[in-house]
Amino acid sequence: MMNFNFNASELIFALPELFLLSAISFVLLFDLFAGEQYKKFTYHLSQLALIITGVLAFSLIGESATIFSGTFVLDNLGSTFKVFILGFSVIALVYSRQYLRVHELLRNEYYILALMSILGMMVMVSGHSLLTLYLGLEIMSLSLYALIATARDRAFAIEAALKYFVLGAIASGLLLYGMSMIYGITGGLDIAQISSFASLTTLGPQQILILNFGLVFLVIGVAFKLGAVPFHMWVPDVYQGSPTSVTMFLSTVPKIAAVALLVRLLIDGLSNFQHYWADLFMILAILSIAVGSLVALTQVNIKRMLAYSTISHVGFVLLGFATGVVEGYGSAVFYVLAYILMSLAAFGSIIVLNRNGFEADQISDFRGLSKHSPWFALIMLVVMLSMAGVPPFIGFYSKLFILQQVVSEGYVILAIIAVIFAVISAYYYLQIIKTMYFDDSDEEIVISAPIDLKTVLSVNGILILLIGLMPSFWMNLSVSLF
Amino acid sequence: MDSLLSILIWLPIFGGVAVLLIGNNRSQLAKWTSVGISILVFLLSINLFLDFDTTTSSMQFIEKTSWISQFNIFYHLGIDGISMPLIILTTFSTILVIIAGWEVIKDRIADYMAAFLMMEGIIIGVFSAMDSMLYYVFWEASLIPMLLIIGVWGGQNRVYAAIKFFLYTFLGSVFMLVSLIYMYNLGGSFAISDMHSLPLTLSQQSWIFWAFFLAFAVKVPMFPVHTWLPDAHVQAPTGGSVILAAIMLKMGGYGFFRFSLPITPDASFYFAFVVIVLSLIAIVYIGFVALVQKDMKKLIAYSSISHMGFVTLGVFTLFSIMKMDSNGELLSIAGASIESAYLGLEGAMIQMVSHGFISAAMFLVVGVLYDRLHSREISTYGGVVNSMPKFTGFAVLFAMANAGLPGTSGFVGEFMVILGALQANFWYAFLAAMTLIVGAAYTLWMVKRVFWGPIVNPDVKTLNDVNAREFGILAILAVAVLWMGVYPQPVIEVMHVSIVNLLEQALTTKIPVIL
Repeated sequence: MMNFNFNASELIFALPELFLLSAISFVLLFDLFAGEQYKKFTYHLSQLALIITGVLAFSLIGESATIFSGTFVLDNLGSTFKVFILGFSVIALVYSRQYLRVHELLRNEYYILALMSILGMMVMVSGHSLLTLYLGLEIMSLSLYALIATARDRAFAIEAALKYFVLGAIASGLLLYGMSMIYGITGGLDIAQISSFASLTTLGPQQILILNFGLVFLVIGVAFKLGAVPFHMWVPDVYQGSPTSVTMFLSTVPKIAAVALLVRLLIDGLSNFQHYWADLFMILAILSIAVGSLVALTQVNIKRMLAYSTISHVGFVLLGFATGVVEGYGSAVFYVLAYILMSLAAFGSIIVLNRNGFEADQISDFRGLSKHSPWFALIMLVVMLSMAGVPPFIGFYSKLFILQQVVSEGYVILAIIAVIFAVISAYYYLQIIKTMYFDDSDEEIVISAPIDLKTVLSVNGILILLIGLMPSFWMNLSVSLF
Repeated sequence: MDSLLSILIWLPIFGGVAVLLIGNNRSQLAKWTSVGISILVFLLSINLFLDFDTTTSSMQFIEKTSWISQFNIFYHLGIDGISMPLIILTTFSTILVIIAGWEVIKDRIADYMAAFLMMEGIIIGVFSAMDSMLYYVFWEASLIPMLLIIGVWGGQNRVYAAIKFFLYTFLGSVFMLVSLIYMYNLGGSFAISDMHSLPLTLSQQSWIFWAFFLAFAVKVPMFPVHTWLPDAHVQAPTGGSVILAAIMLKMGGYGFFRFSLPITPDASFYFAFVVIVLSLIAIVYIGFVALVQKDMKKLIAYSSISHMGFVTLGVFTLFSIMKMDSNGELLSIAGASIESAYLGLEGAMIQMVSHGFISAAMFLVVGVLYDRLHSREISTYGGVVNSMPKFTGFAVLFAMANAGLPGTSGFVGEFMVILGALQANFWYAFLAAMTLIVGAAYTLWMVKRVFWGPIVNPDVKTLNDVNAREFGILAILAVAVLWMGVYPQPVIEVMHVSIVNLLEQALTTKIPVIL
């Protein structure tokens, strides 16, 4: 049924992926054969590869094509997502290097695995067939499992890697199961084909039933990857157990890929069944916001607390997709980007506190930070208030846009529930501020971070305020993707 | 100057950033910069008064640029006779607070000054925002510096007080956010003036009214959502208490004027009785609560709640005085003249401004004592007049003003509100007038125990009288209190046309007519 025609001129549209793949191979070989004194350049080469890939992806914005016999799509959404994935990854690697340095985890496979998972995300973002999407997902996930296990002498990290692997495999299995049902009904792997076949009018009731089963499995798979309640069990343990730099990576960029998976499968592929999955999302969203806000209250480990906070943020994202309108999708994408910006800064601030093998992962490690290092404390203050949704920071606007769409679709009660939980969650963000500003510390915290880390973290913090003051452009951008 | 309001908002905010950058180590420079900026802002704000057109109720000093175009959100500023006095009150109080913290704050002085400067800009933003989303952003942002002021420079139990303050007000205002979004979806605009003319059914208005009420009542604060205030006041440093009492509480009162009355007039009419009852409970019951306090700051905090009860009482009695007939003519309900409805609203405004002066003065008085003996307990003192005669003079004056002595500003607002209430219902006026007795009782009893009588505590003997800095602050406030008490006319004149307009809006039904 499918014609596998290959046309070399199509390759140009996959240039970022191809370049990154070649770059990964090169970096791998370089790291293998380079002398000990040159090993440090692996990091720089990786960053360079990311930046060039980002530029390539950026230059393709505006182009649109479906290539490789319909299995790979290039559109505005894809290119923009890729640019953000690569940009955020650059920041994440800057923070990571500091963590690896102070914990003497300097193994260069770390960067190569990270690049590999980024490649997987890019394939996911551009996947236009069930197979490509699954391929991308597995490239990403397998690299992430290995990334967590880089700290192989820490029991917690191994536990986290194993847990993530087992649960991730189950999620992949469920996703595949759902895909097989969709394939069985529509007879196609191509998203466009699925979209034209899967309609409520042409299918019989029996087929709709099977398709709905498939749909539920797809939603579960996506919810697993995003970490929405009740498929969130892995999130806190994996976040806590992983090395902080990996936690940061896990909690940020893959969310864009997961959103892309959601967009490709559900919005592009099963738009006729929007009412079915939107209702599921609404339940997942409210549960995530509630559980994320309530359980985070009692955490003393900051990584675990941020894990639950992520769950509640994911709830807001799903709320945006549950509205079923383009502006709602746009708000959800804006929310994800805002969340990643905040999350990067939060983990960046935690990494700054790490020193000489000391793992700063308790909330109490922030005690008295505002005295010793007012600037980093201020950044963390901004991040926490922004996550709590206090204006004028970006987190407020991302919530505002979601709530606006939710109310305009007539779900006022959902908006009220969401804001009540937002107030509850404000309590644990305030706990961090309290620890930094109101508590005194007995020991002197000396922060010695390299200049590149300091600069990137400062810019990251300032962006949270600046985009908050001028959110218009980013909101336009997010909505224009759909 | 076309962008005077923007300058008033952003000059202190960027000034605050500059002071932060100067840093705690160069404390003299930080202090002088702060005081310079605050005086400059005050002088600039005088222009608002001088160039103000008292003949129109429409907004003045308007600035408007697009901000978030997708949702029709504008950076839209403007003031009328209701917001202008509050802005000047803000710029005035900030100077006092910054000077008051001069020698007292030893720890992180630059951060302290910067927090107050930024708060000044943000609060001016609250009073001048004409777009509800801009208003909301400023409204919420004002919590951040106050949270830090209470939490960093506060007393023993500061963490509890700071977090309680933040969460209480945050919870109150998120419902306002939802109702603003709801109205945007009905009318397609976040402009406050568009919301004023948006038709709403009674049930819609009721929901919106209570959402607003929660936000503003927490801020005022009204009984029974007042419990954060005594904690916040007691724990906050003197400057924090002054700004909290003098300005932040006014944000709640201002909200009733700007949002509740014009946007939900029918619901306001419908629920006016509830608000009046809560106000009277605040005035009388909280007055008695103040009577038994042992801590001076707590006593003044409760007295603040009691006095702010007059603001809500004055606002909502108008619905018992006037109504509008179907032809749009104003009719009086109980045979009162239209002037008595103005009396209520204008009395509420005067009360807000006057309470700004008096509560600031009272907290500064306590601050002066606290700086010397580090105790807020009434029982620590006694016979202070022997060692601090000049200071006692001021303290007694402010206490009299707090008790509502004629000739001081405390009398004017309360008297106007009581007169208005008398036209509505004798018992409203009777209960409100109780405050003249209860208020006098708790204030004067405190004065007696602190300033008169024999010296029990030997430390009191060694107290130094106020220095020039403290004398200056208290003297300025004394002048303000007396001037408002003797000649409040300029303030009334400024607000009169706006109040007339507001009264009309509040009495015009917004329920759409179904034909």
